[in-house]
Amino acid sequence: MSGVLDPLRLKAREAKRLLVDGEVSAAELTKVYLDQIAAVEDRVHAYVLVTSDNAAKYSTKIDREMQAMRGPLAGLPVAVKDNMVTEGVTTTCASRILHNYAPVYTATAVRRLWDAHVVMLGKTNLDEFAMGSSTENSGVQVTANPWDLATVPGGSSGGSAAAVAAGEALWALGSDTGGSIRQPAALCGVVGMKPTYGAVSRYGLIAFASSLDQIGPLTRSVYDCALLLRHIVGKDPHDATSVELPFEVELPEGDRLDGLTVGIPGEYLALGIEPGVRARFDETVALVEELGGRCVEISLPHTEYALPAYYIIAPAEASANLARFDGVRYGHRAEGAADLREMYERTRGEGFGAEVKRRIMIGTYALSAGYYDAYYGRAQRVRTMVRRDFARAFEGVDLIVSPTSPTVAFRAGSRTDDPLAMYMSDICTIPANLAGLPALSIPCGLSDGLPVGFQLIGPAFSENRLLGAAHALEGALGFETAPSFRDSSASAVAGEARS
Amino acid sequence: MTAWEPVIGLEMHVELDTETKMFCGCAVTKGDPPNTHTCPVCLAHPGALPVVNQRAVEYATRIALALHCTVPARNVFHRKNYFYPDLPKAYQISQYDEPLAVDGWFEYRVGDETLRCRIDRVHMEEDAAKLVHAGGEAGRIAGSEYSVVDFNRGGTPLIEIVTEPDIPSPAAAREFLQQLRALVIELGVSACSMEEGQIRWDANISVRPAGSDELGTRTELKNMNSFRFLQQALEAELPRQAEVLEAGGRIEQETLHFDPDTGLTTPLRSKEEAHDYRYFPEPDLVPLEMDPAWVEEVRAALPELPAARIERFVTQYGLSRQDASVLGAQRPLAEFYEQVVAQGVDAKPAANWTMGEYLAHLNAAGLEPGHGFVTPERLAKLVALVAEGSISSSAGREVFARMVEDRAEPGEVVETHGLGQISDEAALEELVARVVADNPAQAEQYRGGKQQVLGFFVGQVMKATEGRANPKLVSELLRKALA
Repeated sequence: MSGVLDPLRLKAREAKRLLVDGEVSAAELTKVYLDQIAAVEDRVHAYVLVTSDNAAKYSTKIDREMQAMRGPLAGLPVAVKDNMVTEGVTTTCASRILHNYAPVYTATAVRRLWDAHVVMLGKTNLDEFAMGSSTENSGVQVTANPWDLATVPGGSSGGSAAAVAAGEALWALGSDTGGSIRQPAALCGVVGMKPTYGAVSRYGLIAFASSLDQIGPLTRSVYDCALLLRHIVGKDPHDATSVELPFEVELPEGDRLDGLTVGIPGEYLALGIEPGVRARFDETVALVEELGGRCVEISLPHTEYALPAYYIIAPAEASANLARFDGVRYGHRAEGAADLREMYERTRGEGFGAEVKRRIMIGTYALSAGYYDAYYGRAQRVRTMVRRDFARAFEGVDLIVSPTSPTVAFRAGSRTDDPLAMYMSDICTIPANLAGLPALSIPCGLSDGLPVGFQLIGPAFSENRLLGAAHALEGALGFETAPSFRDSSASAVAGEARS
Repeated sequence: MTAWEPVIGLEMHVELDTETKMFCGCAVTKGDPPNTHTCPVCLAHPGALPVVNQRAVEYATRIALALHCTVPARNVFHRKNYFYPDLPKAYQISQYDEPLAVDGWFEYRVGDETLRCRIDRVHMEEDAAKLVHAGGEAGRIAGSEYSVVDFNRGGTPLIEIVTEPDIPSPAAAREFLQQLRALVIELGVSACSMEEGQIRWDANISVRPAGSDELGTRTELKNMNSFRFLQQALEAELPRQAEVLEAGGRIEQETLHFDPDTGLTTPLRSKEEAHDYRYFPEPDLVPLEMDPAWVEEVRAALPELPAARIERFVTQYGLSRQDASVLGAQRPLAEFYEQVVAQGVDAKPAANWTMGEYLAHLNAAGLEPGHGFVTPERLAKLVALVAEGSISSSAGREVFARMVEDRAEPGEVVETHGLGQISDEAALEELVARVVADNPAQAEQYRGGKQQVLGFFVGQVMKATEGRANPKLVSELLRKALA
């Protein structure tokens, strides 16, 4: 049966039906993905670690003990971003400083999937400590975008997005601090969602910026997104900032947007959106109206301050969050230091990459005596204003839409020497993190053969509304993902479109 | 020559006796093998998050309310950043500009005076782990070859109590700390064990011309854990500062070390090289909302505090403030005293015996009040024997000593040792007559109007009876015989 399954197109909803109907076994399904990893991973480099033996064994066990190991997700293979700790499975955060770190516990979100008998395929690549927008800051490897191997998959969840796009995973978990799920989802032509802050426990998510980080799904459809989300949400006694959702995550079915008012923030469209992206965005907005929705222009006046505020708050929190990597208890420790201070300095000097160091420096500076009010204090006030902008806007609209990323996937290496240009990649996604709002990105077409993402932002805890609207739009858009694996930088086209 | 007066402020750190740590479920223990009570949270493994210990908040609130503090509707945890191996996250979760409680006061006794010290704040934080320096001399960092960390203590709930600079002398500082410690023990939130380092304090001191309202530049004495050394250190620092100022110099704001051997304070590090802790609100914890109804519940459940109890002892038992302070300052002794009184003896003699023989006995035997052979019932029996005149006061002291030594009931001691008071009128009359006959000169003096000679005769009778004669009866009989 597995011979006819196309990992580039198979969705979790369908895979689940096949499993339940006995048309495919968990072991066969897992093998589909392990085979695809074997076929394309040397070009995509989505995984930091493929746990093929464990996956094969566990899926076989699920088949054998089907009665005991039931559940709505049982046997569905998943990829996990390598900044979520997994007991006994090396977790590196794509950093040299954790190259040998074997966690002693498992992140709550992952634990919930394990408890539901999901098969973990491996740990996916990311920008080191989730700091970046292209996955080029990984201390392990550079991941390629399956749509054009010469371009980046976005970041920081670039490994998870590329794995799903390349058929190397049925779906995946990512984390989103300033767009780290939505932007790579957009660039790789998959669905990616950042839930309301607090909806998913952060326990076991290696912290980048605690007040902004959220775990969420990267999937091949909105339905799958809802299905995965409903199994990772909920209050966790280990995370004081987590909350119980006041509702069940619904699996979306509708195809209309009647009665829905959608706001289009003028400020977002002034952010240097490239023409191809703008065209797909405008077409999708037109589609919203065709489906019965009403589009209105709105203003989010403090948008231009969101990016600078983010680049104070996130590094400030990161400077403290990453201070624990000191070589004392785990991870890398520099050899031969003469004293404590030298051990600290050399361990961290050797262990962290350039972007991580840059942000630690920025954050440390922003919190320093005499600068706190001018930087961190002011950034927090901006954050409050951004939040108020959204609150005011949501008095008049149900959802807000924008392009997810101002551009399609850019060429590897094209922004690595220009941090500011790289930071601009997240300009449309950062405000939702600052405000703690749920937002998702769906593919809405191609520009120059590369996927374009359409972002929907909702009020806090409007996950069902967001997923419902995204599902209706997805149906109307009819975007069928199938990357070509071409390499625009190579003379010969290396692509292998499995269809 | 200017007269200088000191201005002293204190910060006291108290480890709370909660079952579990401040931000994780690990047990708070003493003396267990190193690193046996740790988890991803208190070892600061990647991804681990803190969760506030509700019981620690309750304990801290008890302290805050006992110190008459205001408990604001919310308080906020902050991160205090610095690198050190005993601090695994490289930040301590503490409180900064929105602490648990503010603006309280504490009254304490110094001699006959009651002083009031304003409390600036009470806040919650976590203790650091313990560093053990190996390979050198006597566990000191200097000269050690390497250091190891025991994380068992890391994350223990810690309370910091900060005073205003209201303390007028080194002796007052010592009294303040001792009485504050007694209060915390009373609240049942910490045993405040000195040996186990459950309480530590910092003192800051400045001097100013007597009568001035201005505050001078202060120096700090950090991490002290002996009341005596604190007082000595402050007593050494006071003239040092005065001398510097007399000579036209300037006090540097710095941290000092006190060497008990030399009795001198020396600079440890100056404020210029002090840490920039880069405090910012802890994003892993939400602000703590303090439900006013819950705060009132905690307040209502507070035990009777020493100041109130001392007051009650004065009014209820008619004790002097001095005696009430001795008996009422600490709950175990206060409870013992009240149990003695509850046996039906008079409050005042009960107080005298409790403060006198009983307290001396506790000190000599190294016992805590309420422990040992001398129960409230036994002491009450002794008090009653004296009160009803069966034995004299001096015999009573002997009965007490023998009761402890022989572990015998007071009544038995009186009997077996023949310590009963002689109130037999016929026997005493005979003795009185003999004493008068043996001392004719003194008898003459008395008859001649020198009343005070009576004392001499009483003394003679007591001597003859080894102190057992009923002195009242003896005086009576003597007056009759000498009339």
